[in-house]
Amino acid sequence: MQDDASETIVLRAQHDITRVRRALTLLLTRASAKPTEMTKFVTAASELARNTVLHGGGGTATIELTRERKGFRISTIFEDAGPGIADVEAALRSGFTTGSGLGLGLGGAKRLCEVFELVSSAEAGTRVRISSRVGLK
Amino acid sequence: MPANSVKRLAQLLDKHFERILSDWIRAQADAGLLRPELMSESEIRRQSRAVLTELVRSLRQCESVRGMDLESEIWSDTRSLLQSATDQRVERGFTPTEMAMFILALKQPIFERLRDEYEDDPGLIANDAWESSWLLDQLGLYTSEVYLEERQEIIERQQREMIELSTPVVQLWDRILALPLIGTLDSVRAQMVMENLLQAIVEREAEFAIIDITGVPTVDTLVAQNLLKTAAATKLMGAICIISGIRPQIAQTIVHLGVDLPDVITKADLQSALAYALSATGVTFSPGARSRG
Amino acid sequence: MADPDLPRREIQIYRVHDCLLIAIQDDLDDGMVIALQDSLMQRIVSSGAHGVLIDISALEIVDTFTGRMLAGIARMASLLDADCVLVGMRPAVAITLVELGMRLEGVKTALNVDRGLELIRRSLRPVPVNAG
Repeated sequence: MQDDASETIVLRAQHDITRVRRALTLLLTRASAKPTEMTKFVTAASELARNTVLHGGGGTATIELTRERKGFRISTIFEDAGPGIADVEAALRSGFTTGSGLGLGLGGAKRLCEVFELVSSAEAGTRVRISSRVGLK
Repeated sequence: MPANSVKRLAQLLDKHFERILSDWIRAQADAGLLRPELMSESEIRRQSRAVLTELVRSLRQCESVRGMDLESEIWSDTRSLLQSATDQRVERGFTPTEMAMFILALKQPIFERLRDEYEDDPGLIANDAWESSWLLDQLGLYTSEVYLEERQEIIERQQREMIELSTPVVQLWDRILALPLIGTLDSVRAQMVMENLLQAIVEREAEFAIIDITGVPTVDTLVAQNLLKTAAATKLMGAICIISGIRPQIAQTIVHLGVDLPDVITKADLQSALAYALSATGVTFSPGARSRG
Repeated sequence: MADPDLPRREIQIYRVHDCLLIAIQDDLDDGMVIALQDSLMQRIVSSGAHGVLIDISALEIVDTFTGRMLAGIARMASLLDADCVLVGMRPAVAITLVELGMRLEGVKTALNVDRGLELIRRSLRPVPVNAG
């Protein structure tokens, strides 16, 4: 039975996005997450990790898995010291189409997770936390 | 004698552990809480012993009355223990009152030991009796909360199982699946329905998936959204989704959502939907040798 | 930049009847995507293939980057007059793409390679022209 786990991954280049996905997939598999739960969360994390690398100038992803009464809670915090998101409202509202170049995927990531917290400013950079319950029997 | 009431209580329980434990079990029996048909006496003894042990351990870590905050770290092991004990009893069929009374029955044995231990100091007895009573009330209430949560989860699980049974995916024809929905849809059920249908499409290599909502009286915006998401997901996978049996009211909801409709083909009823799918897959019927006059 | 610890994997391009077939595993980075696009487009021209099947049944995660990449390949292929079909999308992936708001407009999809081939063949059927 999977215990609580926590891990921090430095995000500098594209292959670090892969590391985040792998780490999450491994943890979620051990936590008996359903395929849909896993895909949704890891996809959201992938979007946010990519943002951190491409727009945030690099940063960290801190993953945490905690046991709850029934099932687990998976959360990940993405932090960078980048320029911040200029218009958070707009970024969250936008759906994403294949034509768009910007596509920060934030709105999508928000819809894919139970909890989505975002703090962003030009001075302090960006911090996003996502969290979902998984593996409910 | 410790000056601190929590320390005194911890010391008391420790000193008279076995006596308090057996008195407690007898008190449970007297109150009719032992249900031998649900749980064996040895299990009850084991649980009682474990709870009392945990209680002593937690109390020893408490510095003061304020330390008796059940939410704090000190009590987390006790909470876990009570959780699993309660979960077990819910499954076995104990009532929430019986579970709470299990804890509260510990009061009298403690009071009796307090009386004996501090018989020269009635003020002290009153104080410590009050504090231990308060503490046990908190623990008893906690078990009630846990009981309710567990009950709720069991109900939800049973609902999910019922949903599985009541929304079977039917293969109407080669490459044509149908999902006749009956009854009210809530978002939980709608989510399950979507996942089941998509999985069935893959497994049975369907080209068409017909969701028939003739038997669904009302659809709220969440469910309408879910239906449209199902249609969109079906299309992404390479199949075609047809929704049949839409009532005027439901049509209004969908339009008010302002969502694109190209992903969705709609038909008045299941029969029309099937006819459409059949002709789209190139199936034709020819009259048999004996046609009805 | 690819992970220096991992050997660079190349995506194989197979021939199935008159179509090309590629299978995408997870973990594509920018460099691999460009390499794939290059070799695929060249192969389309050199083989005269009428269709390209992209098998994504091994993809557990399709985020907006991957989605854009797939749509891009489809567009490029169609400019070279080859029909592109995405096959084998997992249900969980489809559900997630819908939540992400990715419609993959203009990209054809099919359940598996067989259906994909059928689809390509159907669209290749000559359109009758009125004489006179």
